[in-house]
Amino acid sequence: MSIPAPSSASAVDVRGVSRVFRTGKGQSVTALDDVSLTVAAGQFVSLIGPSGCGKSTLLRLIADLDTPTGGEIHVFGKTARQARLNQAYGIAFQSAGLLPWRTVAANIELPLHLHNVPRARRAERVRELIELVGLADFAASFPDQLSGGMQQRVAIARSLAESPGLLLMDEPFGALDEMTRERMQAELVRISAETGAAVVFVTHSIPEAVFLSDRVVVMSPRPGRIRAIVDVSLGEVRGELLREEAGFFAAVTEVREALHLDQAAPARGMDLR
Amino acid sequence: MMRLWRRLGLGALSIVLLALLWEAYKAVGPAGGVDMAGLQLLPRTTDLAMPHIADMVIRALEPVNSSAGSAPVWIAVLLAGVSSLGTASVGLLIGSVIGVLLALLMQRFRLAESAVLPWLVLSQTVPLIALAPLIVSWGGRVQIGAFEWERWMSVAVIAAYLAFFPMAVGALRGLQSPDAIHTELMRSYAAGWWKSLLYLRLPASVPFLLPALRLGAASAIIGTVVAEVSTGAKGGIGRLIIEYAQSGSSDPAKAYAPIAVAVVMGLIAAGVVAALGLLLPRYRRNEISA
Repeated sequence: MSIPAPSSASAVDVRGVSRVFRTGKGQSVTALDDVSLTVAAGQFVSLIGPSGCGKSTLLRLIADLDTPTGGEIHVFGKTARQARLNQAYGIAFQSAGLLPWRTVAANIELPLHLHNVPRARRAERVRELIELVGLADFAASFPDQLSGGMQQRVAIARSLAESPGLLLMDEPFGALDEMTRERMQAELVRISAETGAAVVFVTHSIPEAVFLSDRVVVMSPRPGRIRAIVDVSLGEVRGELLREEAGFFAAVTEVREALHLDQAAPARGMDLR
Repeated sequence: MMRLWRRLGLGALSIVLLALLWEAYKAVGPAGGVDMAGLQLLPRTTDLAMPHIADMVIRALEPVNSSAGSAPVWIAVLLAGVSSLGTASVGLLIGSVIGVLLALLMQRFRLAESAVLPWLVLSQTVPLIALAPLIVSWGGRVQIGAFEWERWMSVAVIAAYLAFFPMAVGALRGLQSPDAIHTELMRSYAAGWWKSLLYLRLPASVPFLLPALRLGAASAIIGTVVAEVSTGAKGGIGRLIIEYAQSGSSDPAKAYAPIAVAVVMGLIAAGVVAALGLLLPRYRRNEISA
């Protein structure tokens, strides 16, 4: 199969990427081994797998917070580095990472401020985003006055500040309680639909991945590889009732079986791609 | 506000208690002091060694000496205190600028940190007394056009020499305090070193800079007084401490006035730094909530 040239149509194009960490004394750990993945514009893709499967590493490589030891990464047809310099993506981490001395509004404003967006446009954009994440009453609050879920919503609003075509999210709901988590998932589905941004979403949770994604990428550890890609076709509109539908359960089962493949079947190293 | 008054009240109470303790010991303690196996444990209680508090106050209100037109002691020491505080402020300013610049250098270049930091630590092990005459003699050779090096400038340099160290160490810790998540966020925004400094590292270092500044201010004052004593710079409180102590055998109560003023100088410095902290509450939210 010939690999097509990176087109600007795909949001992320990962080709044959490896990342080897040197641990000193000639030893090394292969966090990612020959991983290829394409995320189309506007597509929601989750990376799921056990700890150490390299899903966060892959996200960091796409964000150019780390450099691959092999292979190529393109974001909207540009190199990962150029994409970062051009602000092609917004990013959110497991902890909100808000600046404690800035109010909610000023935290959301931060990337715009850093990039010298005029004051009036900044204020307008912040107003929209605060509305989008439902924190209009808390614009002047400081992060330490907010709950964890609210802080995470601020972080998401901040990642959307420059209307990126791509959102990179590293377990953004990992530290939240189950109820807040489900509400945030529903909001993220709505937000990603409204903004039309592609999303690469790292998670530990199978139901979360299935609920959110168009495609779920199942990874295996040591060395980190893509084991299977599950297409989830649950439609555009995803309400709370979706969690109780048969199609949802079928997709959850499919992801679970792909994750637990090595325990179920002895055929290790089977290529399901 | 109530809390502030309460703290001020407690501070005043502790001064009164100290005065009471002084007088109580003077009243009951033996005149020759308390010694054990030839070791003096408690001071003599004679008027020469421990004047009454009231005598100290009265002496402070009287003229400095018997010559006509001599100002009262309290005015003389207060003027000297103001002069020394000015010198210490200049020293603190120079020390802070140098300290923060060194911290920036060390934060920016890992190599600079391992190269410079040991020298900073080493610099503080040189005894101040050994350094003072050197700096005075170097300063004496500086003459650029109309500018002439004055004695108080040497004192300010010595104060700066003491003050820069806590500032450099505190600022470095502050500049390095942001978490990886914040520095990576800045990287994702393609923010360079300068913008990261302005938007992240400097604001994050405020909770470290304030205590550093308090230490630095105290160091600058100690440095000023010690330097004035050892260089004999005129006009400062250090000079008066020496002068008045020399007249101790005939006029023991007089020596306490400049000491009291030196203490007040330290309190003023601490107060100014605390007031500065009150102006920056937004950068101290972590401190408050923690």
